[in-house]
Amino acid sequence: MAQKIRPPQFLARSSYRQRRLRDVAGMLPIFGILLLQVPILWPREEGQSLTSNAMIYVFAIWILLICLALFLSKAIRKDVPEVGEGQEEAN
Amino acid sequence: MLTYNVLIAVAFLYVAFLFGIAFYAERRARAGRSGWVRSPWIYTLSLSIYCTAWTFYGAVGYAARSGLEYLTVYLGPTIIMIGWWWIVRKLVRIGRSQRITSIADLISSRFGKSTSLGVIVTLIAVVAATPYLALQLQSVTLSFAVFAEAGGTHWTQVDLSRAALWVAIGLVVFTIVFGTRNLDANERHHGVVIAIAVEAVVKLCALVAVGVFVVWGIAGGLGETLQMIDASPISKWQQPAGRWVGLTFLAGAAFLCLPRMFQVLVVENVNEDHLSTASWAFPLYVMLMSLFVVPIAVVGLNLMPSGSNPDLFVLTLPLSEGWNVLAIFSFLGGFSSATSMVIVATIALATMVSNHIVVPIWLSSRGAGAVVAGDIRLVVLLSRRISIAAVVLSGYIYFRLSGGGAALAAIGLISFVGVVQVLPSLVGGLYWRGATRWGAFAGLIVGFAVWAWCLFLPSFGQGAIIPVSVFEHGPFGIGWLRPEALFAIEGIDPLLHALLWSMLLNAIAFFVGSVATFPAPLERLQGAQFVNVFEHSSGAKAWTQSAAEAEDLLIMSQRILGPTEAQQIFAQEAAAQGKAGYLPDVTPAFIQGLERDLAGSVGAATAHAMIGQFTQGSSISVEDLIAVADEAAQIMEYSNRLEAKSAEQDRTARQLRDANEKLTALSIQKDAFLSQISHELRTPMTSIRAFSEILRDGDADTATVERYSGIIHDEALRLTRLLDDLLDLSVLENGQVNLNIQEGSLKTLLDRALSATDASGRRLIIRRNAANENYLLNTDLDRLTQVFINLITNADKYCDAEAPELKISMRRIGGRQVVDFIDNGSGIGKESQRVIFEKFSRLSDHRKAGGAGLGLAICREIMARLGGDIVYLPGQGGAAFRVTLP
Repeated sequence: MAQKIRPPQFLARSSYRQRRLRDVAGMLPIFGILLLQVPILWPREEGQSLTSNAMIYVFAIWILLICLALFLSKAIRKDVPEVGEGQEEAN
Repeated sequence: MLTYNVLIAVAFLYVAFLFGIAFYAERRARAGRSGWVRSPWIYTLSLSIYCTAWTFYGAVGYAARSGLEYLTVYLGPTIIMIGWWWIVRKLVRIGRSQRITSIADLISSRFGKSTSLGVIVTLIAVVAATPYLALQLQSVTLSFAVFAEAGGTHWTQVDLSRAALWVAIGLVVFTIVFGTRNLDANERHHGVVIAIAVEAVVKLCALVAVGVFVVWGIAGGLGETLQMIDASPISKWQQPAGRWVGLTFLAGAAFLCLPRMFQVLVVENVNEDHLSTASWAFPLYVMLMSLFVVPIAVVGLNLMPSGSNPDLFVLTLPLSEGWNVLAIFSFLGGFSSATSMVIVATIALATMVSNHIVVPIWLSSRGAGAVVAGDIRLVVLLSRRISIAAVVLSGYIYFRLSGGGAALAAIGLISFVGVVQVLPSLVGGLYWRGATRWGAFAGLIVGFAVWAWCLFLPSFGQGAIIPVSVFEHGPFGIGWLRPEALFAIEGIDPLLHALLWSMLLNAIAFFVGSVATFPAPLERLQGAQFVNVFEHSSGAKAWTQSAAEAEDLLIMSQRILGPTEAQQIFAQEAAAQGKAGYLPDVTPAFIQGLERDLAGSVGAATAHAMIGQFTQGSSISVEDLIAVADEAAQIMEYSNRLEAKSAEQDRTARQLRDANEKLTALSIQKDAFLSQISHELRTPMTSIRAFSEILRDGDADTATVERYSGIIHDEALRLTRLLDDLLDLSVLENGQVNLNIQEGSLKTLLDRALSATDASGRRLIIRRNAANENYLLNTDLDRLTQVFINLITNADKYCDAEAPELKISMRRIGGRQVVDFIDNGSGIGKESQRVIFEKFSRLSDHRKAGGAGLGLAICREIMARLGGDIVYLPGQGGAAFRVTLP
């Protein structure tokens, strides 16, 4: 049987950066979910209005997520080969 | 009334414009200049059909009723698109590599191209989508009614129904014209896509325009608007945490599972890279769509008379302020939202209905004749057109029956919960190879049942379908089955209650069903290809019998794909195989590719079934696997046989080598014998000649003459004996001997043999056990005695011991009587054992030999004639011969 070629364990700076960017792309929705669930934790006292604050908060997070997604879509290069899960962890 | 007429005119113009641009896009595409349609921007805009009339009108009403909760409906899809790296990318890759035509096709394809799963998903999708379609019709007709009312006419229910009917007819026409132009769903509907993109721009601009008008035109600026919000009833917004989390999840899941979203997200996707742009542009789009919703709601609540429908603030606000043009623009936005949704949803549903219900039924009703009868292409197109009309019609009927009463948002969410019942099977199928068809069946049916019982049927109102008593006491008095309090847990929000239990029970049923059953071979194959799509996106390599004839396949493909395209596919394949003409060799890879091409038209399950007709059964069946196993077994058997053969050849070669060695040894022996026999013959002849010469000369005395004559006589006897032996052997070998069969005991024979050898002056001591020798023989006694004499003489001659002894013993071995003659000499060397029974063979010390080495050869011949045997018995401490008696 032919020996499997192991991908290199340590990468050049640019491919390393690409992998971290993919990590960001993977984590972005998870942080997004958590941040967008924050408004439900805000205190609900009678007579105190928080709607405009909550609106501003939600839209700010929303715009932040959009900007990060825009940045990622420009920064992640398609030509960098895919890496399997196990190899990624081998770094 | 002027405004209403203008509105009608504008609406017609707008529709004409959409038809025109759709035609234009189709023509460009046909001319091969469709590049601009294939841009990531068009793709992103086509995703905007997520924002339906529910978004356009209903979101404002939703905000007026429940504050910021409406945002969850957009936050869910935002998360999904921003996280496209997780699910959407895989979905699109699978959709492209497997030529998936709809969400039902995806589920059916993943679970072994199962037709029945496709039917179930299709039914769920149709049931869940019908109220939603009704909702769109309702919103369009309501917006017409608003303008009519502004013109002074109050619309009755009849007017609404009539308008809805006309809208429905218009939508059916547009969808049939542009949605069923080509059959291959993967060829994409350029006209539809471009019209939807235009509508997406229109609805965004319209809503933003109304928003800008409301914020800066009415409220007087951003700060004032925020103050108004805090002063409005919306500020009393108390968000239930469960609904916020649950609805975000629901919207995200529905974004993946809605048939129309699947259509634009996966089926109409031309390039995977477009996802990267859509990942931020689509969230931006929905963010802008929802940005002005709260201000519009707040200002509407402030300005409009109480009791006016907040769902229509987008229209009524500009109208009440006298901004008719803005109102008409806003109307176009709402109209666009409704129509684009209906068009895509109808195409998606019609594809599913036609591929998973109509065509399979049509095929099975034709039986085996489907191969040769009729143009399938026409049938599929026709069924799709009828399905389009039927889907829109069912929406219209629902609209008529429901009377358009319920709030828009409520219907939308109920529909969402129905559609997301596909989610466990979808996600499980994408990421878990252990997911099986039965698991998917169980999950879908359980989820659908819980949804129908807890949410869909109650949505018609208490007492409408489910009696009020059932709501209070449960069916047949079973309290824990109450539709809004399953397992007797009361007080959960009904929507959340239905979502929680349907998803939970669905997922559990899916998981347990999958774990408890065993997937079929094709299912496991598809499962591996779906789950590991990034490892082998090159395509499936299902093993197929290539019993299909290329010509039959071409005939069938022409009926589905159309002659030009089918011939092109076949010619390309033939060229790739280096053949001229249209008929390539039918390789498994070719069948695989062709099946995928057909799947793009009629769905995976149907394509699989049709190819299956030619390949004699499905491409992977248990029988095929058994055949493969058989083949392997045959190969193994063959190699075993080869091995056996080569072992046999080895044996033969060894025998040949033995024989050769024997021959070589014999040849040497023969050479030795020839010189020996010539010596043997010459020695007596020399003596006879010499002594006879002396006698002829006559000068010898009488005593000398007598002695010399005796020598001559002895020598002559020796010659005679030698010649006798040779003659005897020759006779025996030629089978000319006559046996003289007599009866006698073994003891007598041995006695005779011993007394015969005694006469010639034997020095050998014989040891026998006379008690054993009472064995009666019925054979040629003289010949047998000859063998015994020979053996005794040999022992006498060749035994080299100081005091030579011969042991003669009897025994019974294997039912035969044997006699062993064992002396106490040094025996016969191993290399000589093989040749002692050959003619002319004589061991090296021939000086002692009285014979010419023919004795044992004669013995063997005699024993063979008598039906017995004589062999050398090695390992007895001396020379030993075993005579097996006849």
